[in-house]
Amino acid sequence: MIEKFKEWYETRHAYARQWKERTGGKVVGTFCTYVPEEILAAANMLPVRILGSHEPQDVTEPHIFGMFCPFCRDALAQGLKGRFNYLDGVVLAHSCIHFRQTFNSWRIHLPVQFSYYIPMPNTVQTPHARLYHTVEVEKFKKAIEEYTGRPITEQDLDRGIEILNRNRRLLRKVYEYRKLDHPPLTGEEAMYMAVSSQFIDKEEHSKVLEAVLKELPERKLPRDAGIRLMAVGSENDDAEFFRMVEAVGGTVVIDEQCAGSRYFWNELVPNGNRMAAIADRYIDRPPCPVKDYPGHSRFQHVLNLAKDYRAQGAIIMQEKFCDPHEGDNPRLKKYLEDNGIPTLSLEFDSTNPLGPFRIRVEAFLETIRGEELF
Amino acid sequence: MAIPTKYPTEPLKCWPKAKEIRQQYYKDYATAHDRGGIRWSGGAWAFDAVPMGLGDDVHVMTGEPYAASIAFDRKFAQECQDATDARGWARDLCSYMRIYWGSMYLNRFFFGGEFPKPDFYYQTQICCSHAKWDQEAALYENVPFFCIDVCVGPYETLDEDRLNYVVKQLHDSIDGMEKTTGRKYDDEKLIAAVHNECRSTSLWAEICTLNKAIPAPLDEKTMFSLYVLATLQRSSKQIGDFYEELRDEVKDRVARGIAAVPYERCRIITDTQPPWGFLKIYRYMEQFGVVSVGSLYTFGLEGIFGDQEDGSWGPRKTPQQLGIKIKTREEALRITADWNLSRPQWQHFYDPAIKTRMMLRIYNEWKLNGVILHLNRGCEGLTVGSSENRLGLVKAGVPVMTYEGNMADEKEFDERRTTSRIESFMETLGLEQIEAARAAQAAS
Repeated sequence: MIEKFKEWYETRHAYARQWKERTGGKVVGTFCTYVPEEILAAANMLPVRILGSHEPQDVTEPHIFGMFCPFCRDALAQGLKGRFNYLDGVVLAHSCIHFRQTFNSWRIHLPVQFSYYIPMPNTVQTPHARLYHTVEVEKFKKAIEEYTGRPITEQDLDRGIEILNRNRRLLRKVYEYRKLDHPPLTGEEAMYMAVSSQFIDKEEHSKVLEAVLKELPERKLPRDAGIRLMAVGSENDDAEFFRMVEAVGGTVVIDEQCAGSRYFWNELVPNGNRMAAIADRYIDRPPCPVKDYPGHSRFQHVLNLAKDYRAQGAIIMQEKFCDPHEGDNPRLKKYLEDNGIPTLSLEFDSTNPLGPFRIRVEAFLETIRGEELF
Repeated sequence: MAIPTKYPTEPLKCWPKAKEIRQQYYKDYATAHDRGGIRWSGGAWAFDAVPMGLGDDVHVMTGEPYAASIAFDRKFAQECQDATDARGWARDLCSYMRIYWGSMYLNRFFFGGEFPKPDFYYQTQICCSHAKWDQEAALYENVPFFCIDVCVGPYETLDEDRLNYVVKQLHDSIDGMEKTTGRKYDDEKLIAAVHNECRSTSLWAEICTLNKAIPAPLDEKTMFSLYVLATLQRSSKQIGDFYEELRDEVKDRVARGIAAVPYERCRIITDTQPPWGFLKIYRYMEQFGVVSVGSLYTFGLEGIFGDQEDGSWGPRKTPQQLGIKIKTREEALRITADWNLSRPQWQHFYDPAIKTRMMLRIYNEWKLNGVILHLNRGCEGLTVGSSENRLGLVKAGVPVMTYEGNMADEKEFDERRTTSRIESFMETLGLEQIEAARAAQAAS
């Protein structure tokens, strides 16, 4: 069953079109992973995260200056090339300035029926972020209700919350298996699993997760796990890179990135006020560096993951020109190394030089093995 | 070929005073502790009126103008950036930030002596780089960092909830500053500072509005040295008083037809910070009779604008002008929050279409012939959406030229290539070099 995630990843646009045809529902493109999908699920909509294709792109130069991150340009390219032409709406929850450009260019050049900007707090550590965001989530709910012409009831919200929470719970359960000495799934497979949850109907995705959970106890990979690695970064759904790392003697056993664990790590905790609980869930999630002020609260979480999953090394996957991560990485690198986790920093573009990367990854793995010898 | 009209020109009388204020500002900051005073650092967009409630001996050094000052000294700028690069920071990060950090890491203050350690950092969170800048600086210096999240969407969508979110954080920051400094906060001083903030930023907008006149009384290269005072400390009475004096002088220049550029025959605006080490490109444009009358950057980085009764764009009316008497801390904080959130240069962070509309407004009201956009690799925050601005302007029929560069990292600016592009742009505007202008510059 685990192969299903890869299939979904590769056929995501066809899936969304078929979903729309099959259900008659609306498909909403989500920009960044802070969009409160509970509201969309409650309104029977399909949230589809806007991602790039990792192909060389040649259509965004007039829209986004080349100094901005390859991901924001790659993602816009998908829109300009018509690959998301099934979208009924787009939503951005306030993100980094790079990806906001993708959203804005999209709004200008690819008009859709529904477009909404959520001013999600950028300093989630302030105590005032909760109330503020609760009100903004409420406004978003109202906007969706106006768009669909149908009220979202408390029962709808409870259903939306449970759809999301169930999926998060199941993903966490699968991730637990990655703690084993011989993880029954590779980092590449885990990546497909996590990232596909960002654009596949969550209920369908959860059913497959449940089936996978039944298979995992018996699943044996015909490979040695080798060096246990952690992947740290932003939107890193570069399958070829994970495949290469796992072909040269490593296994990615945990990640801290928005294409992976940051997206689903924490569940929504019901507190009697549905809007407040939704807001809190996004305030409390493992933060993107763009929202992690005034302290680096993220660092401890990264280290905890590394320890829990017994990562022997961390690959810091730096999206080129990504200022928020660039503003964290030197200190994060030192923090991990001071706590006994060796690191390898690599800079990523939409397409990547796998050959030179392989040499560096091999050298990194050799270094770690060398430490094991003595 | 007809000789173009030559307008009378004369130097600004208050120019030396502007220079003096700037020099004293850095001296006061460096020596504040010697006098038992307080130092804080942060961004030019921090709510600088708020720390003023800590006392009259509170001195600030805003990071961007400090780094821009260093950018004029290419050798030291490079040393600073090298020091930052050596610590593992990416070379494509904000060049102001890299210079500031470098000066801090090297423990060398550009104006002499050791780098003056602030008592705390105070910043707004609107630009990804800005917030990281002070987060790192505060960690390195081991001092508190107060960060005000102002990401509440564009001003045109501001409501009570969004305003309250900012105001509550400002209240918290006062509590934090009291704890950090051990001082009791004085609301009267805050109220006076907010008064001065509104006065100085509205006055700067008024000065920019005077540049609608033909010939323009100010050119952008001169304006760079004047707007900067508001970036240093817009809430100080001294800056407000200076802008009043400047406003009166510029008004007088308009009345007497005094030009900034003698052969003005083409008016443009630019965008974002210029490559500071290469301001001569503005002088080069003057040889074609081109005056840059400003930019959304020079106008709206600190100037606060609003709709005028006749429908035009001009200075926003201050609370005082509207007869509002600020009585409490809450009122003062609400006013400063609302005032700052209306800043023209914050709007494009949410939507480039808003900036394009403002640029078109400037194009029409300031009677322009073209726009030059600096695609500034040194500043993500102000270059966000620039490409969409270009498309929007072109769609509206505005001649636009772009050039790539970096405000403070000379390695990313190609002077010859830029002047070639300017020459081509001049050609498309039908302009040839004015021999008399060229000769006058050569002789000066």
